Amino acid sequence: MTLIAATATAAHATAAQATAAHTAATTAAGGTHGFLSPTGVEIAFLLVGLATFGAALVTVSTRQLVHAALWLVVALGGLAIEYLLLTAEFIAWVQVLIYVGSVVVLLLFGLMLTRAPIGRSPDADSGNRWAALTVAVAAAAALVWVVVDAFRTTWIDLGGPAAGSTAVTGASLFQNWVLPFEALSVLLLAALVGAIVLSRKAKAEMSSPPVNSRAATGSSPSVPDSRNHPIEGNSPAEQEGAR
Amino acid sequence: MHLAYPAVLSALLFCTGLYGVLARRNAILVLMSVELMLNAVNLNLVAFDVWLSKAARDTLHSGQALTLFTIAIAAAEIGIGLAIVLAVYRNRGTSDIDKLRDSAEGHESDGPDSNALAAEETGKAEAAA
Amino acid sequence: MTTTTLALLVPLLPFLGAAAGLLLGRTAPGFVRPLAVLPVLASLVLAVLVAVRQGGDQAIDAATELTPTGSVPIELALHIDGFAALVAILVGVVATCVQIYSTGYLRDDPRYPSYAALVSLFTSAMLLVVYSGDLIVLLVGWEVMGICSYFLVGHYWETPQARAASIKAFLVTKLGDVPFLIGLFALATDAGSFRITKVLDTVASGGLNHPTLIALLLLAGVAGKSAQFPLHTWLPDAMAGPTPVSALIHAATMVAAGVYFIARLLPVFEASRAAMVVLAVMAAVTMVGSGLAALAQDDIKRVLAYSTMGQLGYMTGALAVGDRGAAVFHLLSHGAFKALLFLAAGVIIHAAGTNSLATMSRMQGLRERIPDAYWTMTVALLALAAIPPFSGFFSKESVLSAAEHVATGHTGHAPGAAGWITLVAGLLTAVLTAAYAMRLWLLAFHGRGVEAPDHGRQPLTMTVVLWVLAVPSLALGGLAYRSLPEWFDGRDLTPTLTTSVLGTGVALVGGIATYAAWRHTTALASHVPLGAVAAHPEGDAGRVEAEAIASHAPAYGGVAYAPDPADPARLLLGPLHRHAAVGFHLDAVYAALFVRPVQAGASLVRFLDREVVETYVRGAGALPRLLGAAVRRAQTGNVQTYVSALLAGTVVLAVAVLLVATGA
Repeated sequence: MTLIAATATAAHATAAQATAAHTAATTAAGGTHGFLSPTGVEIAFLLVGLATFGAALVTVSTRQLVHAALWLVVALGGLAIEYLLLTAEFIAWVQVLIYVGSVVVLLLFGLMLTRAPIGRSPDADSGNRWAALTVAVAAAAALVWVVVDAFRTTWIDLGGPAAGSTAVTGASLFQNWVLPFEALSVLLLAALVGAIVLSRKAKAEMSSPPVNSRAATGSSPSVPDSRNHPIEGNSPAEQEGAR
Repeated sequence: MHLAYPAVLSALLFCTGLYGVLARRNAILVLMSVELMLNAVNLNLVAFDVWLSKAARDTLHSGQALTLFTIAIAAAEIGIGLAIVLAVYRNRGTSDIDKLRDSAEGHESDGPDSNALAAEETGKAEAAA
Repeated sequence: MTTTTLALLVPLLPFLGAAAGLLLGRTAPGFVRPLAVLPVLASLVLAVLVAVRQGGDQAIDAATELTPTGSVPIELALHIDGFAALVAILVGVVATCVQIYSTGYLRDDPRYPSYAALVSLFTSAMLLVVYSGDLIVLLVGWEVMGICSYFLVGHYWETPQARAASIKAFLVTKLGDVPFLIGLFALATDAGSFRITKVLDTVASGGLNHPTLIALLLLAGVAGKSAQFPLHTWLPDAMAGPTPVSALIHAATMVAAGVYFIARLLPVFEASRAAMVVLAVMAAVTMVGSGLAALAQDDIKRVLAYSTMGQLGYMTGALAVGDRGAAVFHLLSHGAFKALLFLAAGVIIHAAGTNSLATMSRMQGLRERIPDAYWTMTVALLALAAIPPFSGFFSKESVLSAAEHVATGHTGHAPGAAGWITLVAGLLTAVLTAAYAMRLWLLAFHGRGVEAPDHGRQPLTMTVVLWVLAVPSLALGGLAYRSLPEWFDGRDLTPTLTTSVLGTGVALVGGIATYAAWRHTTALASHVPLGAVAAHPEGDAGRVEAEAIASHAPAYGGVAYAPDPADPARLLLGPLHRHAAVGFHLDAVYAALFVRPVQAGASLVRFLDREVVETYVRGAGALPRLLGAAVRRAQTGNVQTYVSALLAGTVVLAVAVLLVATGA
């Protein structure tokens, strides 16, 4: 992922050099938009961005695991606001629905199921922390330097009709992106089935000891290796019955 | 609005997520950091899409479409990832990444089976309790 | 069928029998005994037929060249004259007797099939040597005999003596075979052919360039094969093999091959007077030394082994004086009575449960237990001691008279010195031969002490063969000495009066002296109890013998020695006895001269390999091992470490690419 991002930035950098003259012409046509005279949207974006970044930092550094999930909600919500500020309203609502609504809830469930300690856990960070910090800071420095160098004069014109309204997004999605969209549905189905298989197998293993013990007390005194052969036919019915 | 604002924010968020992936011990926290990285990319995609569509150089809204796809894939990823983490937790009794060192050099001498078996025993004990 | 075809079948039949025996030995054990006996018997019949047809007339020569083989052609050639025809009959008779005897002797041996097949192969190789008219074909048979003797001497490979003896027999004969091969090549280069007839023609026309060198090179191979003086040490040790194998080796096949080879190529040797003198000296040293050693041996088979060397010395002595008729005559009669001696000794060892003469001399009534062996052995020992009218007398007298003939200067083709050497050594050996024959007879059959153990009757196959062989031992010489010259060179073989009286007289002296010494010492036997008998006397003869050989050294303190004060040989030999018992320390000399230097060289090479070469190898491995250890340490199994390294590398690469792309 990082590799892709890095190459993408590199590509952007070269592209930026190539189109520097063109963008310079656009900005010259649009007037003077200096960093020292920000517009209202920019100030709002900056403030929300700072909050988002702060929330993200707390997420990766807090020692309380549940707090990390809650700070993640703040960061993702902040991003939704940023999408709104960029006039991509459909994406913003999808972000709120899926991330804040489902992903974070899933993560919280995961934390609970793995019996994550509530309260401060001193070993939340691994011994790899300083190496990680070095790599992350170096990557951030490189990325920020490249991005600022490439796009410091590029101006987004946010006036006019919204670029990411539901109508526009829907039209483009179902006109130009139908095939990837359908392929994506297959991917989602596969992920669904995969998740079920993964967790079901685990549940079958978990539920097998009681089955075995019952069989042991009922018929034979000891079945030493029966746990390696859980009775497949029985366990789903058992689970169904248990629910 | 300057394109540099969302781009820099995206870069910073990405590196924050990077740090989280490398430094966090709990697998679920690592998954959260991965979400942060994905969202940083999404922000980038949206910002560039808005810029390019306003400049009339891209009429397909590819950035926004890709963002939607990314969100869908991220949702699938988090589901599968959590299922794996839960399976590991049930088998090993832990979700700490740096304790899962079966691929270490010289690990075969201990015998991964005995380790796994012991973990399974504890898992069963917990299940019984 | 033509005589040539019959002659081809003679060596071929035992060979096919050997192949079939090796193939069927495991799958069809019922066929093993017929497959062992019948081909050899058939080849004996065919050999007799060939001899009858040949009749001592013009030699039969047949040759075919399979394929051109370079400058000197190699042909599959037959050359059957009177010598070849009669020696082939001897080989057939002895081999048949040995095969029949072995069916009883190795009755319960699990390795009997391979043993019988190897005996057949051995016989086939000897017949090939006898009939071959081409030196390379002869060499093939010669070498096949060498490897067969290795396997057969090592038949009881469970015992360390047999293992050592088989390797020794192979190495010592091979030591002689290398110069032998070079000599053959030199001979063929001079003659332009490997055919024996052509070689002899070349010699007759004086076309041989280096006769002395060639003769001495060939002599080395003959000395190895026929166990003559410097290369004889393998023969006494070869007694660790089964008794029938000893009979076969000593009577008909292996050791006879050397004498037969010289008889075939005698003109080559006669071309060099030096070679003839060397031959005579070799024969004399072998004769006298082996006679003394035979007198001091405790193992009954080793006595016979040394006696074989002595009798072979007579044959080489006869060849040294240029009379091959006498040599082959002695070869024939010796083959008969020596086979009989060995086979009878096998019966004695089985009955007594020991191979030690000292133990037998403390055993009463052994001759009542095995009357067949007693009477036939008596006949054979009389023949060995050359007492008239047994066959050994006539053949030995023909040798002595030939030597006397040369010594008194009646012939020009052999040096007079060779005649004198052979004559004196022959007479001296006649005394010793009679002495050790007497000693063997007295100690084995006239012991006093505990009753000999009763193991029931010996197998019929083992006793009948003894009587079959007793006939030629008794009568061959007397019947044949008049007709044999027709088959040979035509030279008279009738004993002359001088040598007859002289030879018989000294033999009687030797025998009577031994008897007197025995009467003097035998009273001591009861004071010194000795004896160790086999642990399984009820087993078949082969097993009893293997146990007896294996237990001899621990029981008596040496394979050839027993601390027996009742031995008449101690009185006769005096201080010489100690040295004679160990073969005059030749083994120790060889060990000091050859074995130790080789072992020292081997240990030096081992040291160089272990310490020097190995160090370089280890040094070469050290650096990669160090690097490997470092890389191993990096494999912690922590995924986050791996990803950190990966991403750090990615960042470095990306920055580098950026710097290059922006031209910074």
